[in-house]
Amino acid sequence: MRKIYKGIPVSSGIAVGKALVLADQETLVIKRNIPEESLETEVKRFQAAVEKTKAEIKEMQGKVKKEAGGKHSGIFEAHLMILSDPMLTTAVEKHIRADKLNADYVFANAISGLIQSFESIEDDYLKERASDVKDIGKRVIKNLTEGKQETLADLKEEVIVFARDLSPSDTVTMKREKVKGFCTDLGGKTSHTAIIARALEIPAIVGAQSVSLQVKDGEPVIIDGLLGIVIVQPGEEDLKHYKGKLEEFLKQKIQLSKLKDLPAETLDGYKVELNANIEIEDEAKFVLKHGGTGVGLFRTEFLFLNRKDLPTEDEQYTAYFLAAEYLYPYPVIIRTLDLGGDKFLSHLGLGREENPFLGLRAIRLCLAKPELFKTQLRAILRASELKNIKIMFPMISGIEEFHKAKHILEEVKTELRKKKQKFDDAMELGIMIEIPSASLTADILAKEVDFFSIGSNDLIQYTLAIDRVNSNMAHMYNPLHPAIIRQLKRVVDAAHKEGKWVGMCGEMASDTAFSALLIGLGIDELSTAPVAMPEVKKVLRATTMVAAKKIAEDVLRLSTLDEVKAYMSIVNKGDCKYCK
Amino acid sequence: MAELEIEIKNKLGLHLRAAATLVKVTSQYKCEIMIKKDEEEVNGKSIMGVMTLAAAQGTKLLFKATGTDEKEALEKICEIVENKFGEGQ
Repeated sequence: MRKIYKGIPVSSGIAVGKALVLADQETLVIKRNIPEESLETEVKRFQAAVEKTKAEIKEMQGKVKKEAGGKHSGIFEAHLMILSDPMLTTAVEKHIRADKLNADYVFANAISGLIQSFESIEDDYLKERASDVKDIGKRVIKNLTEGKQETLADLKEEVIVFARDLSPSDTVTMKREKVKGFCTDLGGKTSHTAIIARALEIPAIVGAQSVSLQVKDGEPVIIDGLLGIVIVQPGEEDLKHYKGKLEEFLKQKIQLSKLKDLPAETLDGYKVELNANIEIEDEAKFVLKHGGTGVGLFRTEFLFLNRKDLPTEDEQYTAYFLAAEYLYPYPVIIRTLDLGGDKFLSHLGLGREENPFLGLRAIRLCLAKPELFKTQLRAILRASELKNIKIMFPMISGIEEFHKAKHILEEVKTELRKKKQKFDDAMELGIMIEIPSASLTADILAKEVDFFSIGSNDLIQYTLAIDRVNSNMAHMYNPLHPAIIRQLKRVVDAAHKEGKWVGMCGEMASDTAFSALLIGLGIDELSTAPVAMPEVKKVLRATTMVAAKKIAEDVLRLSTLDEVKAYMSIVNKGDCKYCK
Repeated sequence: MAELEIEIKNKLGLHLRAAATLVKVTSQYKCEIMIKKDEEEVNGKSIMGVMTLAAAQGTKLLFKATGTDEKEALEKICEIVENKFGEGQ
């Protein structure tokens, strides 16, 4: 029967094909239907795997007893008991028979269920016991599959993968030619897996709740990564509709990929730096493939989120160095920690704030926690050996704050020099312009920094006093507000007067509707989502700088948002008088 | 059916090893043994069931045994709980 599910679209594109349903994320177990007559064999196979695992544990127990004495072998006793526990074994056998599914899948699901119930216990000791269960689960799965465990790297036919969750490493090692798309129950727009999916250009949907439990292995499915729609058992109509959409999408993609090696240059020969915003070092691998010439924003928050401790200096160093190495000789602009606001870190022991966007976030947090900041700066400096890294500070509100941050950077440099640690001493140092107090004093700041990068999302939010995730106010959030356009102009003029360059790395830079206006205002660099780069490049290559400048001049003369919107919609329809 | 309320005395509560000791005992008896904590009830012969109770020191558990050897089972359970699962504290 045809069924439709909805999730969060994270990577556009369309995939039509057969579903491959995976159980537990760590073990990548595949769901298969077992015919009635083979059910008892399947149960026996499960029992044999359990017995084999017990024998292995007993052997280890014996060894440990001999070496460390009886006291330490008690844990094995408990593991053996878990394997004999009716809550696990009887339940699995029952489910194999009732659901007519393979032992691997049923067992993996039972284990995940147990892990979840352990993890939800309000007792740290017992919470930790989830790892015992996990461990036992892995052993049994290994014996069930006799070590020949399949992974997404050795798929033999084309599939659309359905899973509770996928780890980033699963996503990275996916056999691209075989995995046409994927859909997970968990995850959000900014989860690791979603980011990798976009970089790999695999159509993907996450956060689809329990879809992996509803879809059966081998069922025909369609996933629409643009709208976040999953259609199981699609009808004739669906297939026809999506066949058309898919052809259209592929045609467009081929066209855009032709732009890959062409420069981001206007018809009259003006070159724009087109860079990518990335969140994890692996994404850097795909920047050149998408036709970018560097990273305009490496958001470092990702290294810090979804974990219980802080990343070490070496961990950070590795991430920064790899990104720089992948892109060498192209530049990588690393933004120092922008935590706080909507990105909250529980393990820093910071209390909730009434108004986090106006609170202790980004550079303010780093200045309040200098050790945290210094660790990151040390890691960045150490990673700068190839001389293609630049640093930028987020949320700088004025020159004093810049001085304070720079002072800490200098301290770290001195420290490294003492240790004879090599780093790029001439590294460019920039700031983000995202607070009106910084844009209003851009002339002062421009004298001391090497570059500006405009964070349009925050600049708009702080200038218009609009919380864009507040549904009551979101309609008033618009990058074309005259206050924003004027501000961009001021910032660019102030920087250029001092011979400094200006980039933009917010969402405004990724939107092709603004590309001509932005370069017309004098923005030198656009840093966009990796997938948006070809589109932006296409628009830039169809524009002239002469027209772009005139558009900007016209827009600067307009006094209401509606007028600017009307004017820009004419430009974007291609009806602009300068474009002919 | 026989019932007996027992308070967990050992410092660490019904953690992994204590749960293992308990289940080792309950499994020796033929009777069915259920353990109730507040509204939660688990199979007393299931180590994971016992662990998920997360019974800390001072928790009162109601043991319910049904079968021919129910009395002996409860006596033995009472003994090992009182004995703090042999942990000494």
